[in-house]
Amino acid sequence: MESQSQDLWVFLETNEDGTAKNVGIELLSPGRHLAEKQGGKLVSIVIGYHTDAAVKEASAHGADKVIVVDGAEFQRYTTDAYVAALEYLLKKYAPTSMLIGATPNGRDMGPRLSSRLGTGLTADCTGLDIDEATGNILWTRPAFGGNLMAVIMCPNHRPQLGTVRPGVFKKPDAGPAKAEVVHEDFHVPADQIRTKLLKTIREAADELVDLEGADIIVSGGRGVGGPDGFNVIRDLADALGATVGASRAAVDEGWISHSHQVGQTGKTVSPKLYIACGISGAIQHLAGMSSSDVIVAINKDFDAPIFGVADYGFVGNLFELVPALTAEIKKAKG
Amino acid sequence: MNILVCVKQVPDTNEIKIDPVTNTLVREGVPSIVNPFDGYALEAAARIKDNAPDTRIVVLSMGPKQAEAALRDCLAIAADKAYLASDRAFGGSDTLATSYILSRAIAKVEELEGVKFDAIFCGKQAIDGDTAQVGPELAEQLHYPQVTYGLEASLASDGLHVLREAEDGNEVIGVQLPCLVTFTKPSFDPRFPTIKRKMAARKAQITSITAADLKNLDVTRAGLKGSPTNVKRTFVPPRKQAGVIVKEQTVEASAHRLYELLNKAHVI
Repeated sequence: MESQSQDLWVFLETNEDGTAKNVGIELLSPGRHLAEKQGGKLVSIVIGYHTDAAVKEASAHGADKVIVVDGAEFQRYTTDAYVAALEYLLKKYAPTSMLIGATPNGRDMGPRLSSRLGTGLTADCTGLDIDEATGNILWTRPAFGGNLMAVIMCPNHRPQLGTVRPGVFKKPDAGPAKAEVVHEDFHVPADQIRTKLLKTIREAADELVDLEGADIIVSGGRGVGGPDGFNVIRDLADALGATVGASRAAVDEGWISHSHQVGQTGKTVSPKLYIACGISGAIQHLAGMSSSDVIVAINKDFDAPIFGVADYGFVGNLFELVPALTAEIKKAKG
Repeated sequence: MNILVCVKQVPDTNEIKIDPVTNTLVREGVPSIVNPFDGYALEAAARIKDNAPDTRIVVLSMGPKQAEAALRDCLAIAADKAYLASDRAFGGSDTLATSYILSRAIAKVEELEGVKFDAIFCGKQAIDGDTAQVGPELAEQLHYPQVTYGLEASLASDGLHVLREAEDGNEVIGVQLPCLVTFTKPSFDPRFPTIKRKMAARKAQITSITAADLKNLDVTRAGLKGSPTNVKRTFVPPRKQAGVIVKEQTVEASAHRLYELLNKAHVI
């Protein structure tokens, strides 16, 4: 495909109610930086149903242009419908690159799309820049469970595609909405959608965990010793208005559900405050939380790698310190 | 039913350490294993076979000769037959080139087996590259519908019903055959090989497939040259400066000090 424009696209995934998923707004931050270096516009691509709220949000957070595909068949994500819509748009407008949030849907859609277009895709990036010499995007991503970072380029194919981890970039500040909005009348016939949702099994309300949107996360690992050990973690989280997280070790032991898992095979988070209790800090875990603003490590083993990323540490028994910290917070709140 | 499971031999990333002096990955002595997610795909196929014993499970890997060990592990667990696509021309492939080669190799395996596979099962991702791209890219090369993040699959009158992990719970997706499904970690443990199967796997014939065996293989789409993406450089992520260790006379005093520090940092 011949590149006709220097525009930088950001795919904005929507929820079933038509609102924007956070990552599509977050990506407007690095998107702006890349668009300026590429000398093109920052374009938000909104696909969904009744998407007015998402379009406004993209516009207010800095998109120069918003291209919208709106239809009932896009209310719930399906691979076939979304890939068809994006194939249509990418061929019509030929932007030089597109960022996709590395959500489960984004990581289902991205590779299918790159394969259809015969272009390169870089998965699950945590850093983005432009190579000054060639103008190509430098996609930085973790591999080997976060042990190694790789910088990837896609020099000879367009568009350059990449999925980018949620929670890595902060949303740009909101301002007056001034984007040009273009509605594309594109629809996918029902018989071209080859998968069907037969049943949803929602987790119970107390199991719904919003780790990515949390300001404060209190996490427990192998050191909490068992399912009951999470009680002190939950008490501290309650006192702070925080969300409970967990390491893979704790999830693998069955002490807490996978929806709480932070790390390579769980969620990537970057809260204001991350308190790691009884977590040694395996590379896989660090990969998911090391971009938090402030990290506190509470662990009995001074040699645990978690102390290497912590701003504040306590070496000792978490079952003594965590309740004491909970008491301090309750006392301060009166 | 005929199911093809794609597997990759990977280094066990849990065993990888960083040399504190040179700040590089230490790969010596790191065992090679079947990518765990591919193991879940194999288990999903085995469960279908538990209910429909006439199901045939074929495994395919792309990689060097030593990947035969991974294929033998799969034969010992549940696979009926194994193929290894191995050729210098495949080396250096990125995910897109890999998916292209696999799609041609699958056509060859189908010819050799005399069947068309009803379903292609893959792991969600390999634990070395962590891209989760080859499955969906392969589905597109084959023009098959795809379901990702599968936990379990069962055969139904209208295709496969796949229990999959969604963002806020699980869901069941119905998908037409033929299809491609990628699998993630289920709530149950995959089965272990029996001694009898292990012995048989040791002696089993693994059929090699080379570039010359693949009909209509477009070599400009394979290997390093056929890969749109390339690795510019790699580095070991930098470690952060050591933080402040709180150590007061009593635990209560430490908790109080920690509270003060967090309050001062405006994070609580």
